[in-house]
Amino acid sequence: MRVLLFGRLADIAGWRERTLDPPPATLAALRARLADADAALGEALSGKGVQVAVDKEIVRGEAQLRRGCEVAFLPPMSGG
Amino acid sequence: MSVRLTTGPFEPGADLTRFCAGRTESGAVASFVGLARAEAGAATALELEAYPGFTEVEIGRMVARATERFGLHDALVIHRHGAIAPGEPIVMVATAAAHRREAFEACDYLMDYLKSRAPFWKKEHGPAGARWIEPTARDLDDVARWDGGSGP
Repeated sequence: MRVLLFGRLADIAGWRERTLDPPPATLAALRARLADADAALGEALSGKGVQVAVDKEIVRGEAQLRRGCEVAFLPPMSGG
Repeated sequence: MSVRLTTGPFEPGADLTRFCAGRTESGAVASFVGLARAEAGAATALELEAYPGFTEVEIGRMVARATERFGLHDALVIHRHGAIAPGEPIVMVATAAAHRREAFEACDYLMDYLKSRAPFWKKEHGPAGARWIEPTARDLDDVARWDGGSGP
């Protein structure tokens, strides 16, 4: 699976994209694994206004992950 | 309806001319162009990050909602990403409708959504360093105007 970080999350982590194989079974397990490796990132990922997309669809709450999926962490958005 | 992301400069006048061409039933076209500000020297460049494959689809959904809500004949959104210099266009929205009220309101609605709900992340570079720009309280109030029961 691919993990993508956008905006300030990528700056905090020092990376934008990672491959994890085999993937954690759930979004909660992925969050735990990322927080384990980098506490500051773990905190930022659960921060206010951070949304998650699995395979380019926003998910709210828990989600099952599978091999080959793409999980993106999206901090507050600002276009225009 | 058309949504275009581009990393290079675009010419809003040329796009508006093309958007208007051949319309015989749309009595109204409204447009908006957003430019990168220099902030009196505090901003030397703007860097916009998109999520290709997701950003266009999400904007397309916004445009579809606007089309239904305001009865648009057509809509165009062009949005830059990558590095943008002060004075350059960042975004353009154009809407076509039978009458002006719907065209104006749909254009306003789309810009409010783009400012705080479109998947872009904006970093301002300047002499004092770089900072991420998140929606302001004003931006959030602006978009909330459309969520209530009032209005069209």
